[in-house]
Amino acid sequence: MQKTYYDPADLRKFGKITEWNEELGNKFFEYYGKVFEEGALTAREKSLIALAVAHTEQCPYCIDAYTKDGLQRGVTKEEMMEAIHVGAAIKSGATLVHGVQMMNKVNKLDG
Amino acid sequence: MTNIKTQSLHKRKSNLAQSNKQLEILSYGIFQNGELPTFKDKISETNQFPLKAKKLEILQINVGYMCNQVCEHCHVDAGPDRQEIMTRETMLQCLNVIKSTGAHTLDLTGGAPEMNPNFRWFVEEAAKAGIKDFIVRSNLTIIRANKKYHDLPEFFKKHNVHIVSSMPHWTRGKTDKQRGDGVFDKSIQALKDLNAIGYGMPNSSLKLDLVYNPSGAFLPGNQAAMEKDFKKALLEDFGIQFHNLFAITNLPISRFLDYLIASDNYEDYMYQLVDAYNPSAVSNVMCTNTLSVSWDGYLFDCDFNQMLALPVNSKVKHISEYNEALLENRNIVISQHCYGCTAGAGSSCQGTVA
Repeated sequence: MQKTYYDPADLRKFGKITEWNEELGNKFFEYYGKVFEEGALTAREKSLIALAVAHTEQCPYCIDAYTKDGLQRGVTKEEMMEAIHVGAAIKSGATLVHGVQMMNKVNKLDG
Repeated sequence: MTNIKTQSLHKRKSNLAQSNKQLEILSYGIFQNGELPTFKDKISETNQFPLKAKKLEILQINVGYMCNQVCEHCHVDAGPDRQEIMTRETMLQCLNVIKSTGAHTLDLTGGAPEMNPNFRWFVEEAAKAGIKDFIVRSNLTIIRANKKYHDLPEFFKKHNVHIVSSMPHWTRGKTDKQRGDGVFDKSIQALKDLNAIGYGMPNSSLKLDLVYNPSGAFLPGNQAAMEKDFKKALLEDFGIQFHNLFAITNLPISRFLDYLIASDNYEDYMYQLVDAYNPSAVSNVMCTNTLSVSWDGYLFDCDFNQMLALPVNSKVKHISEYNEALLENRNIVISQHCYGCTAGAGSSCQGTVA
């Protein structure tokens, strides 16, 4: 029996999802490829955004992929860590800003 | 305490100093149990086996394995402790070939080629042959290593030598990690010296190109994008200019193979190479238009095969019996390290090929 939910080797099998639904799988990969092309943002900038989101989504496959992608593009570890802090700041900010909702509720019910 | 990273695999008497041990690793394991296809099987899928040599364009001569650096990923296993140096006699044999070859490029490499005591004489003589592109692969730090090398930029300029130098990153940390403490600062100084006499400047005929190879177990990114980033950073931070950046994939041999195994990255790296296999890169791999000459005059399809002691598949084995026509159309000798030259946009001593 598999001992963990995640297997690093599964990342290489990602493309196989098309085998069970070719049309939607192909559409996804076409879209995905297009998104990461050089555009108004450079491919390097997109790679750093992807790395930050990979962490906020806590996706080990994505972290693996976009750490390697960043290294391939010459991104430094300092740049990677800063990008992750941006993600972490938004994530924690998103939690904390809901505190206003709590305050509003307290003020209404018990103000 | 001895820091083993200051010594070559040969000096350390590592198993991987032996080419047959490297070839065993590349042939067994994941390639023997069928987990990954061998390079021969892979190129056979597109009817590209056997790989054939075409007309010779690049004659690459390795004048010795001695070097002032001990880079972590060196495929030559070069270092100060290596004694293999091309003699003047072998150089004379090479000069006979240089005068008659149809190749448009002469490419001198090492080690640090400048450390060969006959290097300057050889360059002076070779330059007389008038080959269109005369490359010396200089590690840059040699220019600053000793007073006797300080005038190398002027010497190169005098003979219109095209300089190609390694620079793994535009930051100190990543460069020194791969090439040794202090290498970045010395390289920057050497590049400034070269720029000062015209090398690498826009529209200058004094060609200065940089070679980027990844600092770890990953493949190089897009060559054009990397060149843009290198140019921007080196100009903004140091006022340095250069012409082209060649992105080269690290081949899994010698010290890089040792690093891959020690860091438990070998299998993942081989998967990366095979996954990135690009059949359209195969027809342009450098072994099809290059010949590599070792310090003792033997002939190989490429510098990597030289280090793996895989000689050319030809009756002509040595520079002393050189015959360009006989060498043409020979079958290229291959193994799994060849995946390094066919990954992504391909890789050669002149950068991408696809």
